[in-house]
Amino acid sequence: MAQTETVLISGMEAVGWGGIYAGCQAYFGYPITPQSEIPEFMSREMPKLGRLFLQTEDEIAAVGMVYGAAMTGARAMTSTSCPGFSLMQEFISFMASFECPGVIVNVVRGGPGTGGISAAQTDYLQATKGGGHGGYRCIVLAPASAQECFDLTQLAFYLSDKYRVVTIVLSEAAVGQSLEPVELRTLDFGPLPEKDWNVRGRFQREGKKQTLPASRMWASYVGFHQEQLQKYQRIKDIETRYRTYQVEDAQILLVAYGYVARMAQEAVSMARAQGLRLGLLRPITLWPFPGGAIKEAALRIGKVLVVEDSSGQMVEDVESAVQGQVPVHLLGCWGRNVPTPGGIIYPEGILEEVKSLS
Amino acid sequence: MKKEAPAKKVICNMPRLHDGWMLAFAPWCPGCHIGIINRLLCEVMEELDIQDRAIGTMGLGCSAALTPSIDTDRVWTPHGRELVVASAVKRFVPQSVVYSTVGDGALLAIGAAHFLNTAARGEKITVIFVNNGGYGRTGGQVAPTTLAGMKSTTTPYGRDPQVTGFPLHGAEIAAAIKGVAYSVRVTVHTPANYRQTKRAIKTAFQKQMDGIGFSIVEILSACPTNWQLSPVDSLEFIDKWMIPEFPLGEFKNVDSIDYSFDPELTKLGMVIRERPAG
Repeated sequence: MAQTETVLISGMEAVGWGGIYAGCQAYFGYPITPQSEIPEFMSREMPKLGRLFLQTEDEIAAVGMVYGAAMTGARAMTSTSCPGFSLMQEFISFMASFECPGVIVNVVRGGPGTGGISAAQTDYLQATKGGGHGGYRCIVLAPASAQECFDLTQLAFYLSDKYRVVTIVLSEAAVGQSLEPVELRTLDFGPLPEKDWNVRGRFQREGKKQTLPASRMWASYVGFHQEQLQKYQRIKDIETRYRTYQVEDAQILLVAYGYVARMAQEAVSMARAQGLRLGLLRPITLWPFPGGAIKEAALRIGKVLVVEDSSGQMVEDVESAVQGQVPVHLLGCWGRNVPTPGGIIYPEGILEEVKSLS
Repeated sequence: MKKEAPAKKVICNMPRLHDGWMLAFAPWCPGCHIGIINRLLCEVMEELDIQDRAIGTMGLGCSAALTPSIDTDRVWTPHGRELVVASAVKRFVPQSVVYSTVGDGALLAIGAAHFLNTAARGEKITVIFVNNGGYGRTGGQVAPTTLAGMKSTTTPYGRDPQVTGFPLHGAEIAAAIKGVAYSVRVTVHTPANYRQTKRAIKTAFQKQMDGIGFSIVEILSACPTNWQLSPVDSLEFIDKWMIPEFPLGEFKNVDSIDYSFDPELTKLGMVIRERPAG
């Protein structure tokens, strides 16, 4: 995979290529709209490379096999959408307890329950606050374009192996289904620690017993949680990622991620054409959350509008970051062009909301 | 001098909780048969010389506790997901010998979908299924294998099949699935059955090592604590009540599975075409 080529593909194909370029050895999944294109793509491409594609009996088995494959040292991934992501929480919590890497793509379709089948951002809290039981974190990456679907899936494998943390690519149907040019190339993020915790049978370790902490938590419950906290702090210090657009002279700061950030970026351009100085901060890592950068920008600018296609989830993290020192407004799913599951937040709606604030 | 029978019958109890490790990994009540199964598994692994390439997957419960008491590599899984993880481990370490130790709940209740589909895929793994007719570690609740009419801590008036259904038969279900190479039900409650069980476990591992398909050994096991019987009366219970519901025997034993299909069918069905270049 040394060559570079540019292709016109959907965000979901880009996720698939991202996995393939990252050396993902196995994809496990179960169909669910609006991400069935990923298993379809992987079922076609993985066998060509001699890698494993397997459609499992349910999402529990899909993520369970990611866990099993990862425990042997392989890179493995799965993808799903909201209800399937809920089913996966049991294993994600389990993987957290064993510090097992793995990449999970959630193409959000809205909820609760069956919800819709198009773009939505209703799984922010579930993805960033743990999702399953027990108190743990997953790294959460939010692509805003097909190119980022490709790049961030590769990054997800790297971060997951580096920190032994489950890494989630949180996308939705708008980015996932849109066709965009994507430059395909292998990203080199640097060296990774050896997987000396693998379970591959003693014959592959010259008869030595496995070093995997079979159950560190039982030996020291508090010690385990303290170690995790230290690891999470390292991730926050090193891996927080975000982009800013024209925040230097902005009078209002927009905070948005994923497809909504694309709309917000357009809203910034439209507003500036009308003399209204908008700026945008787009978190790329939703966990760790770029709260420090948001606080710094918000205090300087003095007014914040969070735009997200939910009833308000990320806004809690923004409020927590600015600690009540700056007013934080929210434009949620009621900013859609139509109030149906098929609706979407457009730049015009964002601009309208901004004008009502200024 | 004639020995007098004890005035009071010995009713067994769960091991006392020393710390988390004891509860999760040690051991079983007096009179339980899982310790016997444990020894048999170790003997078979020694005789087949597979300790260094054996990998166990285990969930939770009395039967799961088999795996950590055997000195091989192992992976811990959520309850009921043992076969899922075993499948992935085996596919990525094909030279290994993967075994899952599961109980009534893991195989036939919470993990039933995984059981059917793992068997259908003909995964080259070996399942040691301990059937003791109830949930042990959680304190004697009704299981898919609890006999109709039998009391449990969640069927205090007896298991009414109209409410909680009929017992499920793991070995027979497995035998009906094409990917299964070997399915057998055995017990360890007499010396003859003990020897038979050892042969069955060996055969099951052999089917996996020969790459034939999925293998499962269902072992009826005494649970004196849940049955509220003495260890000796538990043996009688197996003969009188368990075996009539769960007959012993080989339900499937094949030396090859036909994995072929008619090429005519590969011309049918929907596919997503590759997007044309440019």
